[in-house]
Amino acid sequence: MEQVIANGLYLGAQYALVALGLTLIFGLMNVLNFAHGQMYVLGGFITYVVYGQLGLPFVVAVLASGVTLAVVGGLMERYLFRTVIKRSHREESTMLLAAATAFFFDAVILLVFGEKQRGVPKIVKGVFNDFGVILPYDRIVVGLVAAVLILGFIAFMKFTKPGRAMRALAQDRTAAQLMGVEVDRYTMIGFALGAMLAGVTGGLLVSITGVNSGIGGPISIKAFMMIMIGGAGVVSGAIAGGFILGMMESVGLTVLREYGDVTYLVIFAALMIFLSIRPNGLMGKPWG
Amino acid sequence: MNGVLISRRLLLASACAAALSLTTLAAHAADAKLKIGFVGVTSGPAAAWGTSNVRSMQTLAAWYNELGGVKIGDKTYELEIVTFDDQKDPKRAVEGMEKMAQEGIHYVVGPNVDDGAAAVRPVAEKNGIIYIPYAFPKELYSPPASNAILGMIANYQSGPAIYKYLMENKGVKKVAFVAANESDPLSQRDSGVAAAKALGLEVVAEKDTYQNDTRDFTPVLTPIVGLKPDLLVLSGVAPANAPLLIRAARELGYEGLISTETAQDAKVLEEGAGELANGFISVGGASTPEIASDRMKEFVERYTKMFGEYNDESNTKVYALDYILETMKANPASMDNVDEFKKTVDTFEAPNPYLKDPNAKLKYVGSTSFGQKRQLAVPMVVNEYKDGAFQTLFVGTVD
Repeated sequence: MEQVIANGLYLGAQYALVALGLTLIFGLMNVLNFAHGQMYVLGGFITYVVYGQLGLPFVVAVLASGVTLAVVGGLMERYLFRTVIKRSHREESTMLLAAATAFFFDAVILLVFGEKQRGVPKIVKGVFNDFGVILPYDRIVVGLVAAVLILGFIAFMKFTKPGRAMRALAQDRTAAQLMGVEVDRYTMIGFALGAMLAGVTGGLLVSITGVNSGIGGPISIKAFMMIMIGGAGVVSGAIAGGFILGMMESVGLTVLREYGDVTYLVIFAALMIFLSIRPNGLMGKPWG
Repeated sequence: MNGVLISRRLLLASACAAALSLTTLAAHAADAKLKIGFVGVTSGPAAAWGTSNVRSMQTLAAWYNELGGVKIGDKTYELEIVTFDDQKDPKRAVEGMEKMAQEGIHYVVGPNVDDGAAAVRPVAEKNGIIYIPYAFPKELYSPPASNAILGMIANYQSGPAIYKYLMENKGVKKVAFVAANESDPLSQRDSGVAAAKALGLEVVAEKDTYQNDTRDFTPVLTPIVGLKPDLLVLSGVAPANAPLLIRAARELGYEGLISTETAQDAKVLEEGAGELANGFISVGGASTPEIASDRMKEFVERYTKMFGEYNDESNTKVYALDYILETMKANPASMDNVDEFKKTVDTFEAPNPYLKDPNAKLKYVGSTSFGQKRQLAVPMVVNEYKDGAFQTLFVGTVD
């Protein structure tokens, strides 16, 4: 059972990090960023090239992933989403745009990085094996980094001027504008930050799970599940959603293994019942 | 100035003359185009399966075209490979096969997976298309079906051979199976379980599955590793998932053997699992350094030059196009009449250019498994991964 809990916590930390960027963009702009998984994949491939191919330090590679994705996210917001939001009053326009960018990224990533699964050398060798728990050290490192990033992100949103501005925007865009918040600027920063989180997560996890061009869609779907559980647009909700999903997977795959692949069937059924009772997820409205 | 102009005109005239003569030469070299199709997966986790098909076909086509084309009957044909990525989606596979029919193509390589191969059957039969899937359902190749020809060794042919070898040589007694929750891996798992039980092996896990898009397999493998099997079979595992599963199993402390009946990619294993993948057993491409002919070696060189890297699986995938072309050469009427092709299949034999053995033949087999000859005869090579490359464990044949 210790192993099952450790697996769940580790998976949860991974998932929470994936969901954070998505929920930030949704909270700020009411945009369901279908390209979030593809941004994760792009981040993974950048780390693969910088660390795996060029041989630069892993930290540099993950930073390169984060910076590149922040730039990509900022440009997407400035030249795509901002334009569409200003010109169209229909919410589905941004959804279509997000879906189109997802397909676009899929195609570009396939073209540039190829179709193969790619991986990089382990960042830390060895396995922790004690107290009934087996956990490779690299997973522990990635789990700790994920936890630090999550805490750092929460602190950034709570205690910095841009963080407060973004929270204000998410709560009430018009009121924030009336109070002097530069809406365009902070929306762009928020989108770039969300994209950066996706890139950093992809970069971190490429050292454990590798990356291939076809996984963007499934990652987006899982991220959507997490924010549905926790409550879309709520940072703490995304974290909770990530840990709940991670734990459900870990427990389900152990307890239900005799019945075939019913773990996700059970998770989806539970999610449907849960959403019919709490349609806004656990944490309700944006930023609580 | 005038001199410069004259020189330019001369240069232009010479270039035109050269282009014209090259065109005339090409026209002499090939009388017409022969289109061969590919419908299969070239993106996503299983992309390596289809990509190795497409690249093998493209390498061979470029090679033949460079030599002036392929002579079938009285005519010489320039080869054109028409490709369609079905994304491992049976609906898209049907679209792909319809596209081939619209283009008047009668010979298609692919699809790469069971549900895709089953889905295209009505389209292929209705439009007179012979297709070469890399999928294992027996009903595709058994009467009344007659348009599909299995392009590789099936898992129900290789599985028993591998288990028997491991029982006799490595003392395997307990086996655990794990498969993705998709039709191909599940059917391969079921036939693997049946084969293992028939051999007298104790099957300690046969229902464990995972979603194909799983990124971290530790929770999936934790309970299986606890059962301490001697052999962990990754039924129908996609090349992208194999290193992740191997890594997770080894990191959880699993010390037994790991095998699969699907072909894998050494580079992907090396990057994804490194030395943890050492000892991993898989069905390899149908060639080894010991049995490869010079032509096979040149094919590998050309492929590597064209695409930057080689996939061992292409040792099997290289055969499909040659089987189609050689059968057409044996009966040119089969070019646009697949009934003629089917008649030729029963008696067809040609030298196998990819094997050193001068007596090796290209021929259709499968009578034992399917009741008719609906399988390409290719060597069954079982590999063991070691430090970035596959080493031959043993070579076998099937009828």
